Amino acid sequence: MKKTTKNNLITFGGTLILCVVLGILMQAGKLNSMTMGLMVTIGIYIIASTSLNLTVGVLGELSLGHAGFMCIGAFSSATVSQILINNAGAPNWLAFTLAILFGALMAAIFGFLIGIPVMRLRGDYLAIVTLGFGEILKSLFNNIYITSDKNGLHFGFTNPPKNIDTATKLEILRGPKGTSAPDLTNFWVVAAVLLICLIILMTFIDSKSGRACMAVRDNYIAAQSVGINVTKFRLMAFTLSAAIAGAAGALYMHSLANMLPKKFDYNMSILILVYVVLGGLGSLRGSIIATIVLYAIPGLLRGINQEIVNYRMLIYAIILICLMLWKNAPVFINMREKIKAKFKNKKNEAADLTSGGAEA
Amino acid sequence: MSFISNLLNGISLGSIYALIALGYTMVYGIAKMLNFAHGDIIMVGGYAAFITMTANWCPLWLSMVITVTVCTVLGVVIEKVAYKPLRSSPPLAVLITAIGVSYLLQNIALLTQTANPKTFTSIAAGAPPFLQVFSGKGAVFFQTNPYTEEGLKPSLTISMETFLAIVVSVAIMVALTLFINKTKAGRAMMACSEDRGAAQLMGINVNGTISLTFAIGSALAAVAAVLMCSAYPQISPYTGSMPGIKAFVAAVFGGIGSIPGAMIGGVLLGVIEILSKFYISSQLSDAIVFMVLIVVLIVRPTGIMGKKISEKV
Repeated sequence: MKKTTKNNLITFGGTLILCVVLGILMQAGKLNSMTMGLMVTIGIYIIASTSLNLTVGVLGELSLGHAGFMCIGAFSSATVSQILINNAGAPNWLAFTLAILFGALMAAIFGFLIGIPVMRLRGDYLAIVTLGFGEILKSLFNNIYITSDKNGLHFGFTNPPKNIDTATKLEILRGPKGTSAPDLTNFWVVAAVLLICLIILMTFIDSKSGRACMAVRDNYIAAQSVGINVTKFRLMAFTLSAAIAGAAGALYMHSLANMLPKKFDYNMSILILVYVVLGGLGSLRGSIIATIVLYAIPGLLRGINQEIVNYRMLIYAIILICLMLWKNAPVFINMREKIKAKFKNKKNEAADLTSGGAEA
Repeated sequence: MSFISNLLNGISLGSIYALIALGYTMVYGIAKMLNFAHGDIIMVGGYAAFITMTANWCPLWLSMVITVTVCTVLGVVIEKVAYKPLRSSPPLAVLITAIGVSYLLQNIALLTQTANPKTFTSIAAGAPPFLQVFSGKGAVFFQTNPYTEEGLKPSLTISMETFLAIVVSVAIMVALTLFINKTKAGRAMMACSEDRGAAQLMGINVNGTISLTFAIGSALAAVAAVLMCSAYPQISPYTGSMPGIKAFVAAVFGGIGSIPGAMIGGVLLGVIEILSKFYISSQLSDAIVFMVLIVVLIVRPTGIMGKKISEKV
């Protein structure tokens, strides 16, 4: 078996087992509602962080607008699910499935459109442009109003639509006041979407396209010179990453009673980035573990001591800086090598001693 | 009249952006890195000014000195601790570290100053407006409304803060241009941004020059912080991040690495923001600012004043 296949199987199997165990515990009634809510949110963040890992880890570009794609997924899915349930009378499961797919599709379309200019850039410029797009998407949904009545749908931009039949009025998107999607997300849906997304991501990373992306990451010019269509593969990975973020946004939207567009801001993108970086760039397993650990620990500590939770973000920031220095600063790289060399020497000495002893 | 007033407000905001953008562009030119924490240095400067100005023992000039000193020291310390060890590392690592520093400063501010925004007293508080124009009566400078008894209201008012922001920024920009072109240290900065290796071979202390750049950039951020908090009298741990990012947009707009570019880009961006806020939609003005960035990067990625760089293998 190939090493990557084995690795993927471990990651996927581990996640599957975790989901099944938690699911059984939940069905047996061993978990309280707070823990269950926490698990749903963690699952959603895992989907978001693994998808961001595709851009940051595999593509090697820093995207600071991931929350923007979640925002698209969230609000477009909320529109679809509310219309389907309230106006078309569709059953919940069907409406929700279609809503998640629609959210992912819309995020993919926007990811593709945004990717066309963005993927021409690299490094710092790319980071700041994705940040800009994230903010643009957020303010877009801050300004969109959709209301339905017996005459159909009414759209408004920057102002709520007028001339609405008040008796049958139903506000779907309310601009900066957000939207109230039906509460449909539960543990099983999140687990299913998470597993599907993992399969998609693993297949992509291990495919020819995924390897092309990694080649571009490691040496842009060398990859170009061997005939890799750099922009195409980068665009592909970026779009896929956006689509999965859209699905995560759709789930997130349907897990809360009321959602405001301003929730999907720069800080959310950074939080997801922290999970990805601390978990390890390019490692899906790392993202999963880091998200669980970093999200669950403060959630569990909250019950014990509120003070610790306040310091959480501060500690993340310090860990982030220290990790980058430890991994990349020449001083620390040398130090690590010296330590390694010392250990090796000790081992060799020990081996010499034992062998010498045997001779004597 | 409202157009002129908006235009002047835009230039005033734009000159603040220009001051911040100068910090970005100088650091980018020399250290080839995007200092994400630059916006948060503004925030720290704002709090330093707020705390010293609310203290009774501290006169205004001293609190300005303290603010500038705090920011300068902070900028140099950040450079020494977080960025210097990573000078030859991949850009992604440097960028993530910079985001980490920005996050750290924000959270320290959140813990020590709480998330509630505080009301900042303007440095020109109590001073009369710079200019008031009355229809049919002409203009009045540096005076409170002389026609209050007649019940006449000015058709155009330019506040002291707006005036100060423009004057101080222009003065600083002139000084900075002179410093860079005329002094030894300034020319060393130019040499480092042109070719760091060659500059080192010519006997320039590259590390010292980079520290100096961070010091100057942070000092400018401190001035910008005071001017901005006076014009928009509120301060919170997130005050710096948006203006910081917009100033970066201004730096890119003008051509990153170019000092006149940062000034022009900053002023243009400020005018675009205020005019779009007034004539299009206040909700969408941020989106429009970022659209400018995207259009610039697609049409002319090197900005207005930037040089074209070709990549060598």
